[in-house]
Amino acid sequence: MTATTELSQAEPESWFHRNQQAIAPWLFLAPGILFFLVYVIAPVFQSFNLSLYQWDGLGEAEYIGLRNYEDLYYEWVDRDAFYVSLKNNLIWLVLYLLAIPAGLFIALLLNQTIWGIRLYKSLFFFPFVISQVVVGLVFTWFYDPTFGLLNQFLGLFGAGPINVLGNENLVTYGIILAGLWPQTAYCMILYLTGLNAVDPEQIEAGRLDGAKGARMLWYIVLPQLRPATFIAFVVTIIGALRSFDLISVMTQGGPFGSSRVLAYYMFEVALSEYGFRMGYGAAIAVVLFMIMMCFIVYFLWSMYSEEKGH
Amino acid sequence: MHSILKRTAAAVAVGLAFAVPAKAELTGDLTIFLDTSNPAPRATMEEMIGRFGEKNPDLNIEITVIDREAYKTQIRNFLTANAPDVATWYAANRMRPYVEAGLFEDVSDLWAEPEIADNLASTKGAMTIDGKQWGVPYTYYQWGVYYRKDIFEELGLSEPTTWEEEKANCAKIVESGRACYTIGTKFLWTAGGWFDYLNMRTNGFDFHMDLAGGKVSWEDDRVKQTFANWKELIDMGAFIDNHQTYSWQEALPFMVNGEAAAYLMGNFAVAPLRDSGLTDDQLDFYQFVKINPDVALSEDAPTDTFHIPSAAKNKEAARAFLRFAASPEEQTIINNGKNLGQLPVNAQSSVDDDKFLQQGFEMLSSNSTGGVAQFWDRDAPAEMAKVSMEGFQEFMIKPDNLDRILSKLERARKRIYK
Repeated sequence: MTATTELSQAEPESWFHRNQQAIAPWLFLAPGILFFLVYVIAPVFQSFNLSLYQWDGLGEAEYIGLRNYEDLYYEWVDRDAFYVSLKNNLIWLVLYLLAIPAGLFIALLLNQTIWGIRLYKSLFFFPFVISQVVVGLVFTWFYDPTFGLLNQFLGLFGAGPINVLGNENLVTYGIILAGLWPQTAYCMILYLTGLNAVDPEQIEAGRLDGAKGARMLWYIVLPQLRPATFIAFVVTIIGALRSFDLISVMTQGGPFGSSRVLAYYMFEVALSEYGFRMGYGAAIAVVLFMIMMCFIVYFLWSMYSEEKGH
Repeated sequence: MHSILKRTAAAVAVGLAFAVPAKAELTGDLTIFLDTSNPAPRATMEEMIGRFGEKNPDLNIEITVIDREAYKTQIRNFLTANAPDVATWYAANRMRPYVEAGLFEDVSDLWAEPEIADNLASTKGAMTIDGKQWGVPYTYYQWGVYYRKDIFEELGLSEPTTWEEEKANCAKIVESGRACYTIGTKFLWTAGGWFDYLNMRTNGFDFHMDLAGGKVSWEDDRVKQTFANWKELIDMGAFIDNHQTYSWQEALPFMVNGEAAAYLMGNFAVAPLRDSGLTDDQLDFYQFVKINPDVALSEDAPTDTFHIPSAAKNKEAARAFLRFAASPEEQTIINNGKNLGQLPVNAQSSVDDDKFLQQGFEMLSSNSTGGVAQFWDRDAPAEMAKVSMEGFQEFMIKPDNLDRILSKLERARKRIYK
């Protein structure tokens, strides 16, 4: 009785104290949200806006409506640079996913307990640790038409030489292969950690029921690796869309522009040595953003439904 | 410590000596941005600026050297955001974006001074946009065919002067199992050099400039004739294979190893060729041959320049520096064989004894009556240069795509020049 009277007599709690529970998370989130707004959301809208202008990055910007998109459309129709870049982007997206089964395969191979396995694991993980620029250089030399290892090797069988990076039909595949090297290592490490979490009792039970090899992998192991697969998928898609550094190092988009992807093309028209079309670059960025949006929506949706499932 | 004291004393002495006739003492800060990042040019520039500093002891000079390639993209940032007082750049259309954006200072007043007007007249055109001058040149260099003299002697060839001789020579070189020309087109501009020469020799300087200025259609028959001439060489197997994979430096070994006999290049190729062991007995130079006998010979001679950004803070000192860099004494020193190894622009300067510089100087001063071009990617607007050089590269690999390439360039022309 006395306690309640004391409480009612106490000074009314401040607004902050009353809403502490609700406010605290927002306070913690505030720096992150602020930076996200300033450095991600705002530039997205700026890009949309800029794509409606013609601007050389130095003088006055001139409003030209959808002209930049019209130009992109005609580049598409004429099978010009934009068409090539978009096509290459799709090739990247599809082929880069090969890193996932390849990573899984290596992870399964390395997921055993023999002497020195840690060394092998780190050797396989090594390409992911080195810089993309180094990977690009290594593969450029590997493909070199005169002294490259690839052509020396082909020479042993009397084949070749092929100039992978100088052939407009092969060049994109050559660069993707270079990109797959570190990306496979990345997927491998994701799967290795995933495999640690596989429930040995379920394996045991499966074995008792006579599951072996592929069936065991497909019905027992893979379902338990779903979270790892999801993450591997996400990082691989992102990696494919960011495929800028390898192209820049290995070919500069060449020969005659046949290895460009949207990200590189955007850089080229807007920011490179000869590029002064900021608006056009922004329009390409918007297209790239739309493609990424498809994946982002898919990722968010699948994460959301997973959360709901729990 | 001792030497610093000595140097300061010397500087003061020099300063005093010059202080008397000088109009006004230059004071304050002078920031200079340089793109001369290679070791030799860098040292040359630093020494020259050192000499300028000795003459102006009260001036606090600050030098920033930026990697040559990175400079090309950084310049737009620093001209707008954090402008130095003096910056290096290139002549002709290459400076147009900055001139049009009002980022370079009009230095026509310097060009009105007889010292500069009389002695640098040869490059005035390349420094002029809209009737005003926007910078002063400090060096230029010739382009031409650098060839392996020993291979020519072995095959019994002599320096060609006509297109027929050039092709006959090349046929013999190809027959001997070599390529006539090495080239690395990975970074595209080297193909621009070939186009410059073939087009200037086929259609003349004025036509070439009209094409760079967007006044002529790319589907014009005269342009097609240029490419037809080019195709003759390509079909002979004149160029090394896989050139699209190499930079210009990576293409050098083919010439050094004797797998290719010649290189159409700027004079800057001489230093690495010498460094890799070729002696002057093995290496020689000839002017690109005549193709159409009716057109006057004209040459590529890219000019490197100093500019004052409009946002510069110490424009008085910057102007003094430009005058200094344009002076005959300085141009003689910085361009000599020990320094840049290039040609001075100032007519009063003397050219180094180096045989290539002498030949180049001779060629440019007496045998280039048609005119002097800057280079394709400096004469044509940046965007057109990029698209067209990509087209040249494609043409060199797939000559049969010519019609498609030209229609693409024509579309680009209609868009770029408005």
